[in-house]
Amino acid sequence: MTRERLPPPAGSRIDRAQPVTFEFEGRRYDAYTGDTIASALAASDVWCLSRSFKLHRPRGSFGFAGDEAGGLVQLETEPNVHADTRIIEPGMRVRAQNTVGGLDKDWAALLGLFERFLPVGFYYKAFYKPRGVWNWWEKIIRRTAGLGQVDRSWTPEYFDKAYAYCDVAVIGGGAAGLAAAAACGAQGLDVLVVEREPELGGWLTYGRLDPGDGTLDDLRGRVQGLPSVRVMTSATCTGWYAENWLAVSQGNRLHKVRAKAVIACTGGVSQPAVFRNNDLPGIVSASAAQRLIRHYGVRPGLRAAVLTAGDEGYAAALDLAENGTDVAAVVDCRLNGLTGPMASEAEARGHRILSGHTVREAWRDSQRLQIGGVLVTRVTGPGACAADGERIDCDLLVVAAGVAPAGGLLAQAGARFRPSGRGAVPRLASLPDHAFAAGVVAGAATVAQALAQGEQAAGAAAADLSGSAADALVNSARPDADESGATWPVFPHPHGHEFVDLDEDVTVREIEDALAEGYEDIELLKRYSTVGMGPSQGRLSAIATAAVTATVRGTSAAEVGATTNRPPTSPTRFGLFAGRGFQPVRRTPMHGWHVGAGAQMMTAGLWMRPAYYGPPDERADAIADEVLAVRRAVGLIDVSTLGGFEIRGPDAVEFLERAYTPSFRRLRVGRTRYALLTEEQGVVVDDGVAARLGPDHYYVTASTSGAEQLYPLLLWYQAQWQLDVDIADVTSAYGAINIAGPKARRVLERLGTNIDLSPEACPYLAARTGTLAGVDVRLLRIGFVGELGYEIHPPASQSLGLWEALIDAGREFGIRPFGVEAQRVLRLEKGHVIVTQDTDGLTHPHEVDLGWALGRRKPFFVGKRSIEILRAKGLARQLVGYAVPDRHAPVPEEGHLVVRDGEITGRVTSSAWSPVLDQAIGLAYVAPDQTDVGSTVTIKAARGRLVEAEVARLPFYDPDNVRQAV
Amino acid sequence: MPLGLLKYGLRPRRPPDRFLPPRPELKRAYDTVIIGGGGHGLAAAYYLATEHGITDVAVLDKGYLGGGNTGRNTAIVRANYLTEEGVQFYAESLDLWRGLSNELDFNLQYTERGHLTLAHADSAIRTMRWRAEVNKHFGVDSELIFPDEIARLAPGLDLSSDVRHPVLAALYHPPGATARHDAVVWAYAARAAERGVELHSDTEVTGIQVESGRVTGVETSRGPIQCNRVLQAVAGQSSLVAAMAGFRLPIHTVPLQACVSLPLKPWLDPIVVSGSLHVYIWQSARGEVVIGGATDPYALYANRSTLEFAEGTLLPVLELFPFLANVKMLRQWAGMCDMTPDFSPVMGVTPVENLYIDAGWGTWGFKATPVCGKRMAELIATGRTPDLLEPFRLSRFAEFEQVGEKGAASVGH
Repeated sequence: MTRERLPPPAGSRIDRAQPVTFEFEGRRYDAYTGDTIASALAASDVWCLSRSFKLHRPRGSFGFAGDEAGGLVQLETEPNVHADTRIIEPGMRVRAQNTVGGLDKDWAALLGLFERFLPVGFYYKAFYKPRGVWNWWEKIIRRTAGLGQVDRSWTPEYFDKAYAYCDVAVIGGGAAGLAAAAACGAQGLDVLVVEREPELGGWLTYGRLDPGDGTLDDLRGRVQGLPSVRVMTSATCTGWYAENWLAVSQGNRLHKVRAKAVIACTGGVSQPAVFRNNDLPGIVSASAAQRLIRHYGVRPGLRAAVLTAGDEGYAAALDLAENGTDVAAVVDCRLNGLTGPMASEAEARGHRILSGHTVREAWRDSQRLQIGGVLVTRVTGPGACAADGERIDCDLLVVAAGVAPAGGLLAQAGARFRPSGRGAVPRLASLPDHAFAAGVVAGAATVAQALAQGEQAAGAAAADLSGSAADALVNSARPDADESGATWPVFPHPHGHEFVDLDEDVTVREIEDALAEGYEDIELLKRYSTVGMGPSQGRLSAIATAAVTATVRGTSAAEVGATTNRPPTSPTRFGLFAGRGFQPVRRTPMHGWHVGAGAQMMTAGLWMRPAYYGPPDERADAIADEVLAVRRAVGLIDVSTLGGFEIRGPDAVEFLERAYTPSFRRLRVGRTRYALLTEEQGVVVDDGVAARLGPDHYYVTASTSGAEQLYPLLLWYQAQWQLDVDIADVTSAYGAINIAGPKARRVLERLGTNIDLSPEACPYLAARTGTLAGVDVRLLRIGFVGELGYEIHPPASQSLGLWEALIDAGREFGIRPFGVEAQRVLRLEKGHVIVTQDTDGLTHPHEVDLGWALGRRKPFFVGKRSIEILRAKGLARQLVGYAVPDRHAPVPEEGHLVVRDGEITGRVTSSAWSPVLDQAIGLAYVAPDQTDVGSTVTIKAARGRLVEAEVARLPFYDPDNVRQAV
Repeated sequence: MPLGLLKYGLRPRRPPDRFLPPRPELKRAYDTVIIGGGGHGLAAAYYLATEHGITDVAVLDKGYLGGGNTGRNTAIVRANYLTEEGVQFYAESLDLWRGLSNELDFNLQYTERGHLTLAHADSAIRTMRWRAEVNKHFGVDSELIFPDEIARLAPGLDLSSDVRHPVLAALYHPPGATARHDAVVWAYAARAAERGVELHSDTEVTGIQVESGRVTGVETSRGPIQCNRVLQAVAGQSSLVAAMAGFRLPIHTVPLQACVSLPLKPWLDPIVVSGSLHVYIWQSARGEVVIGGATDPYALYANRSTLEFAEGTLLPVLELFPFLANVKMLRQWAGMCDMTPDFSPVMGVTPVENLYIDAGWGTWGFKATPVCGKRMAELIATGRTPDLLEPFRLSRFAEFEQVGEKGAASVGH
């Protein structure tokens, strides 16, 4: 039933001119623009929003501040939404969470009947005998887990990120924060204020102020008048990482803020009191009641009781009474009488005050899922109260047990909080560098204190920025129940249900039992009982937990300590962290041409490369045709993805001598040499070709997969060696085209070039610069596929044009583009090793027959000592070529094992059906005594079938290397 | 309703029995001191007591039991490694895990939910086929599977081809499991203590006494202790503790971070790993989605969380499961990883006589807890290195006999 909203000025955040409707649990409700889901439901006297995690008890929000699990609801595309902070949208469809069969009749609440059989940590104590039975239980228990539901068919909306920088970030735009921002801004500092609410002001927007109080208007005016102060509202700082790196979420955007100094004015968290049935919907904090009235114009109840341990409860009682709620009694659980102006005012106004009393238990309304009344009894000692007392019917219980500093952010940054004396409430004890705090989080109890602290923190921050030492820590001693003679309001009940942690359904008895079982360290207690592990991460349970623990252990809360605070300070959507999902793709200059020619593209690291040209259902034929084109006529492949490094300077050759395994001292200008790279342990890292283009100028290529890691490695070497050499990564400055096949030279000649391509002038392994079809190119007469071939490196901008020219010029010779797949077959026929495919994290050059590429007479290269030791030890395995004589046997696959007498002796690293040899060939590691050419090894192929393979001489194709040298 | 709970619930109300013992007074001497009260150290203590009758043992920890990496890891157990040595070692671990709840009489919630390692490139498929073949050779259940079957096992996983890194195949390891990491600590601790082992939390080792190349005791924050044998089992601090005894380890230590979401109704059964996207994800018994990623890119001793981790890890998570964009992170945390050059652990003797080492656990320590504890206990008790541990000896680095497991590391490093 919808109650009338309170008249203005109550309802400052709702726009009564814009009513909206929404659904909760299938029923339609009215609301106003600006309402939260929970405020609109409260206006309709709906307080139960969900069922609890373990016992499926009816729950709502206690603090109305986006903390507890009880306030989490389900939206159509978003689980676990804080109903008490999410602004309503027209037509929103909201469901309650964690119910079986609906909020009102939740079948799973029957679990409560078995509660006595489910003690703390029960799942550690049962469900595993006899062995194997857990598998069955787990499935049942798992079904009950979790809160919200994901919609697997949902596609996310747009998220992005922004960066901001400032001198001072002020987190929290309440009284202290605004005072701090105004003071910093007045000094000309660049200030960013981050406020999670839609408006600035914090407590000043809902607290009980004199009607004529102009503090808020004054502060807002001062801040808004300062050009160097930026204000973000509805923005939550969820993380304070090292070096004042702040994560601020606002809408679907994550702002990453770097601040020279941060002033945390994050306020406090109203704490629940612990008594039987303290979890009932309709039990709210004093602050929540005041916000419902002032922000949303909601009268929170018709008849209320107030339980307080400080002046806040009296303020709420006065506010309630002035707004039409019958306040049945103010129950003050302190033992040493009343203090404070609000208490005096309440007394003066004739409110019924039960001092030295507490709520011993609450009960549920017989009709509805909310509170129906409370039993008020006399406090008889710390944590103890009489069994009998006065029963008060009410539909609202307002609790002001105390306020904890909202210190999560500060603690993340390295600040320490610690209760003082025998108190239970943590107090700010130390701050890290460039961090400051003011307001309730720093112990302020009044607006005046908060304002003073804000200005003081601003002064300290300004001094810090100017390099002078500042007394950063300001801390007022906020009076709380624990320091006023009583203990923290925790009242165990013989029948339990006094919840210390509302998120996790953890009761006083469970804490006591966990302690009795030996989980005495606060971290062990948390892990075992799950207290503090829920959505509010202990923000509403840590003090009570410490208080109960201190009582049981006969020590103080300060001795008990606290668990670690971790980011984020409030649950933060994955999408905000992920952002737009920027994932770079590297495309060669010829990419569009390949796609246009029907290439199937494959990923190769960040690159996209043509796998083969043709439709997928003709894959095998396409690859075979490409292979045969290269062997019989001519083919060309885009190898722009190869890395390219310019190594220049007087020490260029010295650098190569150290970084690469072969010797380059005798390499003449205009020649190329295979360039193998090993790391300190002698493991093969990468290979390429080094071309000497000038006396002090080398152009070195690297593999597609290795180039990206190789460049930083070379720079790292140079940082240590300090040679007179310049190393530049020109991978993307050049395209690269490999043209190969018996007719390759004729194609180039047809195209027109100023390079003499005759075998005498440009022999195998030559490197030339010149023009080809008018394009300046570097031309290396090398190849990977064992035919006459040229690797042409044109500028990237002219690569496509040259490619097209080659295709045109080669048409009459039967030219075909070929892809990575054909190249793999071709190089395998030639027995060439692909580093990372035919090598692994331990392969050294001798194992893959690359000993010839080691400059033995060089005094040093990276890995030399290790390789010599490894060689002296004797090889443990060796890579050999093999062929499968039985053409009907299954073709072994890469990764299949070589076995002998039930033991693994190696594995296949490369395998293909060779169209030229018309049989399955491959490379495999085998034991050192299995390398004789012609001997047989056994490969365990698919489904365990054993295939006999014959060790073959490499290369399989053109063993005398005639074709590539013509 | 299990009988145990029935009996518990029906008996008269009284405080439960003590499970973890109170911390005793520190004696001046023990036969064996174990540095590190995490899963490994406690498991070793348990097996020393149960299998070798050695109970004059003190387990020392500078903080609370299990407060290091045992309580920080993401609790995944698997045996789908790459090397013969690794697969056999972890296969024994799986065997022990399966009976461990019953052996320790404590429900470790060891749940075989299946483990999928996704391949996004043909190079990854090759390595996975190799892993599957080695696994099968040693009786470990692993198979290369393709998108049809992946879709069946992990509904919701984006298997479309128009994403940046399409899923091409996966290594499926049905015995891949999760366990409640804290429970492992508590159960080993309690059962070791029942047999006389002393548990000393908040007892920091500050020095190791060595005389004539032989360990004679340790200095602690609560005073010196004499002992005959020492085991160091301090993942994340191994180099620092080894330095106390005067030797260096081929280890660099980097932070590794993880995070969990708010609880969700169960939607994901298996553990899903993508090595090339550097991320893994599973859903816990509480319904929280547990997410981990690559180690931090620099060496550091600090359990701090970074924003970069959250950003860099959740981006690929959303590529795999786009619908999680509105799911909320509850908390993130970090642990320390002792990385070895070959991505395999270090177990065995050290240059100091009677000082044994259990280190180099990088990102793979939790799953080895039972087998490592059992075999290290055997080594300590007999002085002979078990065959299973021999390949993982510290001297292998100097001897160029590494056990290359990089190809089977769950995510890149």
